[in-house]
Amino acid sequence: MSEYPVSDDDLVEEIVTLTLPLDAWHREKGSRMVEFAGYWMPVQYEGIMAEHLWTRESAGLFDVSHMGQVYISSEHGVTAEVEAAVEAALPIDLGTLKLGAPRYSLLLDEDGGILDDLMVTRWATGFYLVVNGATKWDDIGTLRELLPDDVTLNHLDESALLALQGPKAFAALERHVEGETPLSELKFMKGAAFKLGGVDAWISRSGYTGEDGFEIAIPGESAAMVADLLCGEPEVKPIGLGARDSLRLEAGLPLYGHDLSPETSVIDADLKFAVNKRRRTEGGFPGSDRVLKDFAEGTARKRIGLIVEGRMAAREGAKVFNGGQEVGVVTSGGFSPSLQQPIAMAYVDTALTAEGTALTIEMRGKQLPAKVAAMPFVPHRYHR
Amino acid sequence: MTRYFSEDHEWIEVEGDLGTVGITDYAQGQLGDITFVEVPAEGASVSKGDSVSVVDSVKAASDVYTPVSGTIAAVNEALADQPELVNTEAETGGWLFRVTLSDAAELGTLMDEAAYKSYVDSL
Repeated sequence: MSEYPVSDDDLVEEIVTLTLPLDAWHREKGSRMVEFAGYWMPVQYEGIMAEHLWTRESAGLFDVSHMGQVYISSEHGVTAEVEAAVEAALPIDLGTLKLGAPRYSLLLDEDGGILDDLMVTRWATGFYLVVNGATKWDDIGTLRELLPDDVTLNHLDESALLALQGPKAFAALERHVEGETPLSELKFMKGAAFKLGGVDAWISRSGYTGEDGFEIAIPGESAAMVADLLCGEPEVKPIGLGARDSLRLEAGLPLYGHDLSPETSVIDADLKFAVNKRRRTEGGFPGSDRVLKDFAEGTARKRIGLIVEGRMAAREGAKVFNGGQEVGVVTSGGFSPSLQQPIAMAYVDTALTAEGTALTIEMRGKQLPAKVAAMPFVPHRYHR
Repeated sequence: MTRYFSEDHEWIEVEGDLGTVGITDYAQGQLGDITFVEVPAEGASVSKGDSVSVVDSVKAASDVYTPVSGTIAAVNEALADQPELVNTEAETGGWLFRVTLSDAAELGTLMDEAAYKSYVDSL
């Protein structure tokens, strides 16, 4: 037996949890911090239920700086080559993507499995992508492999990202922005450059709660100043990850790593709209063979919403039954603060996905009655 | 009446051989808004350390362990309609269940109020 340590375990580096630009700001506001996507992040301040309801009634400020902000361009700006390269990587039709507009898209693997969901925005000089925090390093690697050498990819890791969401978000934000475009001209899924508290900001009217709201990219070093500015408005409170999750679940929005994964694809995930129309016939993106086949033939299972009877929440991993037969699995679930009942997303055999279909969910040895429900569970209130 | 505490943040108030059990104020604060409470069946036999109740909050479900062995004598029926009592009155009206103790000596393994307070301060 050797005296000296030789196992692989001894050679593994300690994984350090990173901090976001607003780390001290969150702690000073009394947040409870958790490790998420490799960062310390606020899961709640006042409490998940209160923060959730505040966002639906007023305005909530979320720190989403853990997400990956990426800029794709070239020496000569947005050339035909850059456009072709982005289209070769994503099932997007850039021909219909106007300047300033963000659009939802998917990064797929060769089998059509979902590697991430993301937003792509057309800037004058390149494409601005926002990808999920937990997957950003893999996404950057995947994109670098897909893009030709003279199409550049920059990770904008000095940039902070905030989301201001809720019916009063516009009123609060408008007091602090200046720019060529009046904020009121931004409709849902439109963006523009502004000065916010005097610093350069890219702002899009978009978000992950189903409410009207904005996603705001600012220099990391200005994040605390901007957060103070916005939270100084009576309509605005800081909101943590806990409420972010309950809000998006009510809005029927999938969460990567739970409702979406390489084991799911476009049609079964019920994300047809993420493959733009022209690409559905032309293909030419990773996984397009499988995706086009699914468009034509359908899939065995589909992602649907479930409303659960009673008050016990169904959680991720719970099995869905039709009588004695196992027919699906819950991928997200929790108690809906707005509806005051448990809701869930599940992948269920396609034959049983009609709205109103009665199923059961197995939780802690019990079969909870549930019904297939249309999503969103809480209507969207986008400013169109 | 004497009150004891477990390291899993349950309290038990004992009178004779009947104990009333709930979770502590510290525990309810950690859990957040409670949305559902699953209580044990009356008459069930339980052993110290068994998970006999589950408390659901918005994001997660947490087991509650019985600090003593015995038989479930009663459950708090008010929690069916008002699970939030466990948040607002964790150590009084938000009690979870009552148990007839089968072995009072088990109480010797629990903490008193001062010891529990020190324990929480150390977390």
